[in-house]
Amino acid sequence: MARVGVFVCWCGSNIARTVDVQRVAEAAGRIPGVVFATDYKYMCSEPGQTMVRDAIRDHRLDRVVVASCSPRLHEPTFQRCISEAGLNPYMVEMANIREHCSWVHQDKDAATEKAIDLVRMAVAKARRDFPLFRNEIPITKRALVIGGGVAGIQAALDIADAGYPVTLVERTPSIGGRMAQYDKTFPTLDCAACILTPKMVDCASHPNITILTYAEVEEVTGFVGNFNVRIRKKARGVDMEKCTGCGVCYSKCPVKVPNEFEEGMGERRAIYVPFPQAVPNVPVIDREHCRLNNDLKCGVCQKLCPTGAIAYDQQDEVVTEQFGAIVVATGFRMWDHSQIGEYGYGSIPDVISGLQFERLMNASGPTEGKIVRPSDHRPPKTVVFVACVGSRSENHGHEYCSKVCCMYTAKHALLLKEKYPDTQSYVFYMDIRANGKGYEEFVRRTIEEYGANYIRGRVSRIYRHGDKVVVKGADTLLGRPVEIEADMVVLATAMEPQDDAKDLARKLGISTDQHNWFSEAHPKLKPVEVLSSGIFLAGACQYPKDIPDTVAQASGAASKVAGLFSKPHLLSEPMIASVREEDCAACGQCVQVCPFSAIELVELNGRNGASRRAARVNEGLCHGCGTCVAGCRGSCIDLRGFTNAQVLSEIDALALA
Amino acid sequence: MQDNRAYAYYPGCSLHATAKEYDLSARAVCAALGVELREVPGWNCCGASSAHGRDHLLSTTLAARNLALVEEMGLEEVAVPCAACFNRLAVAGHELREDASLADEVRSVLERPLQGSAKARALLDVVARDVGTERIRDAVRRPLEGLKVACYYGCLLVRPPRALETDERVEDPQSLDELVRALGGEPVEWPHKTECCGAGLSLTRTDVVRKLSADILKMARDCGADCIVCACPLCMTNLDMRQGEALKAAGERFRIPVLYFTELMALAMGLPDAERWLKMHFVDASAVARRETAAAKSTEAQE
Repeated sequence: MARVGVFVCWCGSNIARTVDVQRVAEAAGRIPGVVFATDYKYMCSEPGQTMVRDAIRDHRLDRVVVASCSPRLHEPTFQRCISEAGLNPYMVEMANIREHCSWVHQDKDAATEKAIDLVRMAVAKARRDFPLFRNEIPITKRALVIGGGVAGIQAALDIADAGYPVTLVERTPSIGGRMAQYDKTFPTLDCAACILTPKMVDCASHPNITILTYAEVEEVTGFVGNFNVRIRKKARGVDMEKCTGCGVCYSKCPVKVPNEFEEGMGERRAIYVPFPQAVPNVPVIDREHCRLNNDLKCGVCQKLCPTGAIAYDQQDEVVTEQFGAIVVATGFRMWDHSQIGEYGYGSIPDVISGLQFERLMNASGPTEGKIVRPSDHRPPKTVVFVACVGSRSENHGHEYCSKVCCMYTAKHALLLKEKYPDTQSYVFYMDIRANGKGYEEFVRRTIEEYGANYIRGRVSRIYRHGDKVVVKGADTLLGRPVEIEADMVVLATAMEPQDDAKDLARKLGISTDQHNWFSEAHPKLKPVEVLSSGIFLAGACQYPKDIPDTVAQASGAASKVAGLFSKPHLLSEPMIASVREEDCAACGQCVQVCPFSAIELVELNGRNGASRRAARVNEGLCHGCGTCVAGCRGSCIDLRGFTNAQVLSEIDALALA
Repeated sequence: MQDNRAYAYYPGCSLHATAKEYDLSARAVCAALGVELREVPGWNCCGASSAHGRDHLLSTTLAARNLALVEEMGLEEVAVPCAACFNRLAVAGHELREDASLADEVRSVLERPLQGSAKARALLDVVARDVGTERIRDAVRRPLEGLKVACYYGCLLVRPPRALETDERVEDPQSLDELVRALGGEPVEWPHKTECCGAGLSLTRTDVVRKLSADILKMARDCGADCIVCACPLCMTNLDMRQGEALKAAGERFRIPVLYFTELMALAMGLPDAERWLKMHFVDASAVARRETAAAKSTEAQE
């Protein structure tokens, strides 16, 4: 026979003002199975907890009900408290008579009756409590970082510095990501390459970091501590061991291809390194464009390579490796403004994106830092910057703010004036969002010291007229239309998730929002975690971010990984689903409804040597959400700690009383 | 699509009055191309202009009566030459299909059956897409070689795309350009294809119309056009009739002929009355008939 103790908390006046706690305790004492009931001003305080422990000893209690606040707040407190008194920590039930009762009611009599009902339910459940135990799960102490931009680089470095091996997977031929394309960074105007390339080199030389460029994650199975990841290393066509990075191959390659790194504004060869500071400094053969691959005669690179590193017949290599944690840092892409008819469907050469302008300003860009018009290579005198192009626009499918455009547009206007003092820039904006350290000051400087003409309003049309680009818009502060004959227009286009973000999310078993940004576990308190344990987010794959925020989140993700790896093993959560295999008909419904892919059908040895199938829960993956319990047609799945019998007895206690 | 298809034909008020030449040329061109146009018997105002600015139900019901008459003719589609009429009939038709309670209300006012099956089509769309550029090319007798044409769609022909159920690129429509190419002419690249001419403000805010129309005329000239071709009687009024005052106000001295696309087709197809209709325009368009470009003319004038 269960021996239940009930402890009713006043929570100062929080509960006691609206609930007659003494009456609750008295009523609780009369519930069958309750051998002790009392009330106290602060049950969570040290004297309160001592009272609980003493009562367990004096009255030989084997389970406890605490009627107080939400279990979210103090269930762990009382679990610890009763385990100190020798009980299994899962033998405590919380009756929430604060958030669910005293805080939301005024009528003291009715609230007291409700509190008694809640306690009766908790007692009914507690009587069916049984001890639960956590299992130890081993951890593979190696991390996988997906994406080699500044987020992935920072996360990899921090994890590696903490002493754990890291594999950094990047799908393009070099790490560096978007930041490697930038010229200078706001608001301090450090050159992006000067602060990024040392980190890239650190990554390459760190003994704990393995860099896999030109490689992609194909499949992820397993769970926290034990992920199995299949990675495809795409055929580079160049032997990484033999190549010295001399560059003869790409200086002599006869094929010219629009350069992705230059945002289409320059050319690269069919064998290429994306940019001079690339890590690794080993070229890649672009098979789509290589002459040999298109049945044409060539072989120039192979003939000229002094070390014989060119390997046309190299094949993709697929490896499967084990990791304990994964950091997702896959970044973003820029929205293509050719979808905007009003701005010329992308057909006006001197209407470019902010990222293209960034390349034009960059000393190692296609014009070696000279800002010229793509159409005639003449320097522009009047430049119009348009903010929020595609962002904050339901029409274009991005209701969100891309967050960095206000700042980089101010940076562009400032740098333009600094390089070419006789230019005039205009900035069309919706409002200026400069909320970062030193950001507002930077925008003010651009306006006040560098004379950028900020116009609040939208641009309705951009068209060519002669060799000018006419920008028509509204000045909504002056309330009149504006028309500017510009030489060049720079569009701050929206940031978007990578086009295959949804695929990666599916592989990882993590969720995305309506735009395909990866979803964090909690918007405020778990911004780095996702709902699946062991996977963390860094950078703009979650939402548009600037470099400081990206780096901060990357370090956050790294510290989460290091925290996970610092434990000798993982403890499984005991409140998970379990299948009564003898009753299971293997219908597979639970497999389908499980949001965490934690259930599979397994073969069992049945009667007379015949085999049969049944569902089995992977304890490492199960989050205890209970979806399978509701979905099970034969009611043969139970959530430990919340069994069907327990929940029904609570309902009986309420409804049959 | 069958070769000789019949369409209901809704001329609207303009084509029986100021835009007579649009009506005549439309009928002649369609007849020559084997497109049968049957004028809707007893048609009424489309609901545009005054009505749709004042009363939504009135403007929808006026349009709906015309669509109901088309249904009574046993035809599915009504070809509408005027862009404003087309827009009104098409948008009203879209609303009636989408909004069942509006359709019921309109039916109770109309007191006649209305299924909502009749669809309004711009005459330009019927000619360019249903007849198709191939058949038009075959019908050309005097190709418009060397004629540079500014194809002016105006604001109502392709907007709003969702209600008009058009696949044109809203800011850069192509059907008229393709048509001109089929006639042997050369559509110019210009940005003002869908700019507003001032439309219905012609009488109330003539100053605005002068400015907007002058912008369009100047852009057509700057982009090297010999003439402007349009598909709307109101655009024609503003660009042709008001051309003199608009350009004078803008301090310009040139003139540029404005034609309906059906007139240009008639010229290229060598239809007998083609040159006679051009005499109904304010700005002399006979140069286009004689294949003398306006650009050449204006250079002469300056010399």
